[in-house]
Order: sequence, then C-alpha cells, then structure tokens
Amino acid sequence: MNVIRTEGLTKHYNTGFWRPRPYAALEDLTFGVGQGEVFGFLGPNGAGKTTTLKLLMQLIFPTSGRAEILGRPVGDLAVRKRIGYLAENPYFYDNLTAEELLLYFARLFGCAAAEGRRKASQLLDEVGIGAERRFQLRKFSKGMVQRVGIAQALVNDPEVVFLDEPMSGLDPIGRRDVRELILRLRDRGCTVFFSSHVLSDAEALCSRVAIVVKGRLAASGSIDELTAFQARGWELVVSGLSDDALRNSRGGFSTVTPLGGGRFALQLPPTTVPERIIPELVRAGAQIVSLNPLRATLEDFFVAQVQAAKDDRTPTHGVVGKRAAS
Amino acid sequence: MRAIAIVAGGVFRDSVRERIAYGLVFFALVLMAASFLLAQLTAGQDVKIIKDLGLAASSVIGLFIAVFFGIGLVTKEVDRRSIYALLAKPVTRSQFIVGKYLGLAVTLVVNVAVMTAALYVVLAYFEWTTPGGAKEAWEAPALDPALIKAFALIAVELLVITAVALFLSTFSSPFLSVALTVAVYIIGHFGDDLKHLDNIVESKTLATIARGVYYVMPNLERLDVKSAVVHAVPVTGAHMLFSALSASLYVALLLTASTLVFARRDLK
Repeated sequence: MNVIRTEGLTKHYNTGFWRPRPYAALEDLTFGVGQGEVFGFLGPNGAGKTTTLKLLMQLIFPTSGRAEILGRPVGDLAVRKRIGYLAENPYFYDNLTAEELLLYFARLFGCAAAEGRRKASQLLDEVGIGAERRFQLRKFSKGMVQRVGIAQALVNDPEVVFLDEPMSGLDPIGRRDVRELILRLRDRGCTVFFSSHVLSDAEALCSRVAIVVKGRLAASGSIDELTAFQARGWELVVSGLSDDALRNSRGGFSTVTPLGGGRFALQLPPTTVPERIIPELVRAGAQIVSLNPLRATLEDFFVAQVQAAKDDRTPTHGVVGKRAAS
Repeated sequence: MRAIAIVAGGVFRDSVRERIAYGLVFFALVLMAASFLLAQLTAGQDVKIIKDLGLAASSVIGLFIAVFFGIGLVTKEVDRRSIYALLAKPVTRSQFIVGKYLGLAVTLVVNVAVMTAALYVVLAYFEWTTPGGAKEAWEAPALDPALIKAFALIAVELLVITAVALFLSTFSSPFLSVALTVAVYIIGHFGDDLKHLDNIVESKTLATIARGVYYVMPNLERLDVKSAVVHAVPVTGAHMLFSALSASLYVALLLTASTLVFARRDLK
C-alpha cells in the first residue's frame, strides 16, 4: 500500500506584474511511496522538489491533480498528527530556546508539558544538540538550526517523515549523523521521503528514488533497477594466471590491468557471459578473486536524465518514464 | 481551542522577550523625564500633565506595537518560513490566525496593564509629595480610579488596530499594510466628521462616500476617553460596555475575513 500518492499533481504560478504569464513549477506528477521505504526525491535546483513537498504539506494548493498521505487527502488534520516535516533551510522563532521550541511543537500534538520536555530532551540528544539547547535560537549556527529542524520533525514519532534537503548546512559529521538517523527511522518502520540533489546521500540511503526535472517526473525506481539499464560489463579479478595463459584466453577482455601480487583486473564487455569465461580461466590455473558488475552510478543516470530533459528528448532508459507509479 | 491557546502562548513567549521590553523602557523614560521636569515648571497642572502624557505615551507606544507587530504576525512568519513547520503540525490556518492574534492581544493587554501601574506609581509619588492645599487645584484626584477606564479603552483600541493590521497583512505587502493601518487609525478618529460631512461640503457624492467610509471604518473616537478622564468628565459604564462590544464585533469580523483570505493563500 502506498502511504504517499500523487496523481497528476500540477502547480502553475503566474509570473510578471503587468502581464502575468503562467509558469509551470510542476506538471502532471504521479508517483507513489510504499510503507517503510526511504524514498529519494531527486532533481537539479529549480526542478520542483520543494514545490512538491509544499503541495504535500498543503502550504500551497495544486492547480490540478491530487495528493494523499496515509490514504487521506493532504491537509487533513488527522494526517498531520502522523507525519513530520522539515522545510528547506528552516527558520524558527529567534527568542525561543531549542528546548522551548520542541516543547511548543510537542504540545501541538497533545503532549503534556512533562512528556513534551522528556521528548524534547531525547530528540535533542538524538540530533546532537548538547548544552546549547538552553540558548535562544538566534545564537544557533545554520547547522544547529538544521539539527533542531530535524528534531522538530520527529517530535510526534511520525509514521511518515518529509525532509527537504536534510543535509543542507551540515558538516561531514552532521551529514553522517543524519544518514544514521534516517536509517534508524527506516528500521523503526517509518517511511522517509527526502528531497536532495546530493546523489551520494540518496545512493547510500534510498530504497527507491524519483528524478524530477523541469517540473516533470523523468524516472523512478530502485537504484539497482535504474542503474542496471546502464550496465557497462563486468570486472573480474583473478590471480595465478600466467601471461601466456592470459594472451591465449578467448575471453575478449576490454582491458587487462595488472594489480600487483600476480593479480589482474579483467574488464568484460556487457555482451560477455562470465559463466563461460570463468571455467576456462580456472582450467588455465587462475583463481577467481572477485566478479562485479560494472554499472553506471546514480550520478551517471541522473546526469543523463537531466540532459535528456534539457534537450527535450525522451529518456531512452529508465524503469519508468514520464508517468511513474510504484 | 487547545491549538489556538498554544499558538497564542508561543507568540506571547516570543514577544515578551523582545517587543514589550522596548515599549516599556521607552514609556518609563518618557514618564520619568516628564515627572521631574514638569514638577519644576508647572504649578497646579503637574498631575494633569502627567496624566495626559502617561495616557498619550501608552496609546502611542501601544499603537506602534499593534501596527508593526500586528503586521509582523503573519508576514514575518511567511517571509522567514517559520510558518512551514507550524502549519505542518495539526494546526489549521484559522487556528493559526486566531492564535497569533490572541498572543499579541495578551502581550498588548499586559503592556497596557504595566503602563497603567507605572503611571499610578508616578501619580502616587505626586500625591504623597504634594501639600494638601495644592491638591485643591487638581480637577481630579491624582490616583483617580477613572484612569483605568481610559487605559481599558486604549487596550480595546489597540486590539482593533491589531486586527486591522493582521487583516491587511494577509494579502498586502508589509509597507502597504503599515500605511493602510495608520490610515485606518487616523480615519477612525475622525468618524463623526465623516458621518456629518454633508454639513461642510456641498457635494452629495462626497458626503455619501464619506458616510460609507464611516460605516466601514472602526469608530476609534468612541474609544478615546483620555481627555474626559483627565478633566474629570464622567465616563459611563454603558459607554464602556457598548464600546467594548462594538469593538469586539469589529475584531471578530476582521478575524473572520483574515482567516478566509489566508485559508487559500499559497505560502511561496
């Protein structure tokens, strides 16, 4: 069952004062996110990621289409009790301390004061805010505000968390902490929807991703599925193979790279079937060290999708085209 | 109701650490400077001038807070994007508007109450230090309880102005909102003149327009009893009650309009 679902979600703005012209921030976006997934919503700057999140939070209203969270329309108060949201570059009340801010939000979910304080303290520990929790937020750095922002998104133990660029403003340790936090959320059964243009984060965390370009869904699927379409062959590492045996082999290796210690990295083209080559090499005295598929990275796939969209070409690969469903 | 109270509490907590301090410090300075200077310069009028000054300062400082912070209630939240986290919680937009309004309303009422107390402290000092014979020249006693009526209506006026500022800020820019709120304040103090403009001008159209404006604008003149209180003119309970009720109705209408406008606004 999809816990997040959009259907033909479209948002147009009027731009220009004297002669307003419609600008399509989002066009016909259809996708779904399943229970317990870590879903990466990727795209270059200005692609429509934040617009989508704002539509899901009903901070803006769609021109057409619809969106549901947990089987109910977005904006339903019963839904908001079960979700958490971190906005991009969040900002909170300067004069409140981190503790007070979290208590304030906790009480909106019906927490009693003592329970709210306990929860605030636990979450601030979890995001790495120490004694600074008693300082007013005006004294916080961008990274610390981001950590507080993540804590406030979790104040109600949400079933679904929406994080807009959660790594923004964080130092390497902060990024690692947030990655670990997202994985802990996943392990608890929480669905995490996060937007990012940092592909390494998505690659490390996501079970599935969607790529949005110029307001349209360009592709979606699991990272394995998406990058498998750009498999570039195999890398076979062997040892104990003589130069003669290597020369006489009929493997059709693309490249042969000596690795030292008598080992060689052999690159096989995608058309080669490794199961046929390996017995021959073993007969020639080789020991198989490893065999790995050579795949395009998510970055390669992402760049191809963005370029295709910019050239107004339909992508030639990808699990799901412009209309995607989970 | 709970969400409204929590949002209001948040506004009060946030504002009490910043906004109210400026108003009160400024007010206290004006009051103290006036007390010591005027005691030297005037004979028999000192208490009256202190009352005038205290009430006027309270009104002006309150107006400043009501206009600027009333407009900031929504625009600051939207511009700084702090509203995003709040509206993603189980809080409706109407609860947000009403909670924000009530939070600033409580701040203003506390502000006026503190200023009332400060003025009474200064007046108590004069009462204590003035010889018995000199007190006979006073139109009203220094510690006149009627001052509370003037302060109460100042608070009511500030609540109306805050609602105007909040309403205007839901759809116009901060600068325009300030200008329009100040315009409403000024026009509101010339309500009777607008109503009877036909006595002064010949144009029926202009008089009709003026009368229309009179019915749309809040009648703030009714809420201004400062001069009456200082000059010991009685202010009836009926006047107080009617003024408070009509102001409450006006505030309720403005809050309803604000929530309707804000309900479908895109928070870009």
